Amino acid sequence: MTAVADTVAESAAGNRYDVAVIGAGPAGMAAAAAAAENGLHVALIEGGRQLGGQYFRHPAPGLNEPWASQLHHGWSRFETLATRVETSSRIDVLFEHQVWAVEAGFNILTDRGPIAAAHVVLATGSYERVVPFPGWDLPGVFTAGGAQALLKGNLVLPGRRVVVAGTGPLLLPVAASLSVAGAKVLGLFEANHIRGYAKHPLPLLKNPAKLLEGADFARQFLRARVPLRSGLMVVEAQGTDALEAVIVARPDGTHRRRIACDALAVGYGLAPQIDLALTLGCEHKLLTDGTVALRVDTNQRTSLPGCYAVGETAGIAGVESALVEGEIAGLAVAAGVAKSRNGSPAALRRRRDRLRAFADVLRARHPVPPAWRDHLAPDTLVCRCEEVPARAVAEAVEDLGATDARTVKLLTRAGMGWCQGRVCGYAVACLARRDPTEPPNPADLLAAAKRPLARPVPLGVLAEQDRRNK
Amino acid sequence: MSVQFTFDGHPLTAQSGQTVGGALLAAGVRSWRTTRFQGRPRGLFCGIGVCFDCLVTVNGEPNVRACLAPIADGDVVTTQAGDGRG
Repeated sequence: MTAVADTVAESAAGNRYDVAVIGAGPAGMAAAAAAAENGLHVALIEGGRQLGGQYFRHPAPGLNEPWASQLHHGWSRFETLATRVETSSRIDVLFEHQVWAVEAGFNILTDRGPIAAAHVVLATGSYERVVPFPGWDLPGVFTAGGAQALLKGNLVLPGRRVVVAGTGPLLLPVAASLSVAGAKVLGLFEANHIRGYAKHPLPLLKNPAKLLEGADFARQFLRARVPLRSGLMVVEAQGTDALEAVIVARPDGTHRRRIACDALAVGYGLAPQIDLALTLGCEHKLLTDGTVALRVDTNQRTSLPGCYAVGETAGIAGVESALVEGEIAGLAVAAGVAKSRNGSPAALRRRRDRLRAFADVLRARHPVPPAWRDHLAPDTLVCRCEEVPARAVAEAVEDLGATDARTVKLLTRAGMGWCQGRVCGYAVACLARRDPTEPPNPADLLAAAKRPLARPVPLGVLAEQDRRNK
Repeated sequence: MSVQFTFDGHPLTAQSGQTVGGALLAAGVRSWRTTRFQGRPRGLFCGIGVCFDCLVTVNGEPNVRACLAPIADGDVVTTQAGDGRG
């Protein structure tokens, strides 16, 4: 990479990038590399301090443990990609730049000032979806990805005796890496039944690598004596000032069992992080699992000319899709600039479609079990930031007549805190339905994904932007 | 390389390159904030800067996300009560 610009003033001095890639995870790195290799001048903008995003999160130099190398599947993919990014003279990697909004045209507003670019590739990844249960605010309860991030980034375990629970494919690598790092994984509880996969043989058979990966985890769990149980979920966390035990049960509350533990890693899948795109007005789609994703065409273009979306922003699909889609977008932007009629290679697009078909099966097999609502106690916090209990949300819906998430929010403050509803948004959308059998209203799910400021920014930064606009 | 820091006055050791949250958990500390309304203990939750549960006071500056901020030699880390502004 060229010398990493210290300030935006320097990087953007009279300079408009051909393309700004937002997010330096697998998809963003691939997009930046492909675009730069095809002659474009690229700004790769990243809020953190390293390449790789959440998937390839790695410890700072100097940190080491004998087991550290076993935390990543396919680490060489990252090394190859990092070399492509770091050796390119056409990529400016801008670390520690938090993007809080994107203006059409494009003007990328960061906490360190604006960056101008002719095209933008959104590679902002995802965040984890969780639903409330009694005791989920106790220290010692982590999101599954949070436990993984702590381990991958710090080489620190969330606890010694850990329960992994929730639903979705992320739980497998989380349990595996905790076990490799020396934690006693007391169980991996997948809320959905795994046997449902047999109903979708075609996408599975077309992705043999995925099947082998699954078999790999199964062998690893057998060896480490990690019990894998499906059809069970954590319905309660217990403890006074920190986690002491969890109650695991069937979604209907039967087969309750108490497991003493000092950490719980829980997650109900991932949700695309698309607030920047929704504010820009990009078209979106509601997926079967209740997540909202960006609508893209075969070249990863969103509905907004010049704006592309790759990886999880187009629907949760995992690292392989992210890598392929990044390449496709990078090549497509370059082709557009060169006014070439060739977009991205058809082989890449076919591979992407195959991976996406597999991801659709995964999403369909791992819904949030609707019964999570039945396990709430009146004082269970729904909104952790504003400390809004389930009782207050129920009052808003049953007594005060709220019929949508926005009204619930205005009446209770649920979703108004620091996280801007990222943690409780899905739960509030569900609870705004008086009839628990009704799926959440799409408008409420969309509202939960949308926020005009994608990151909390100091007022001074807003004032500075206002001055620039005048 | 190890770095020295204190948490609520107690001297602790961390590894350079760890975050404040990573350093605290490695030292066996599970919570470092009490909530604004109910005074309940909180620690690390999402681990990637999304949830803001892990806010902590570092060198007198409140509302630092422990999951993101790197620990530095000599850091004075203190439990944050409420919004940390007293």
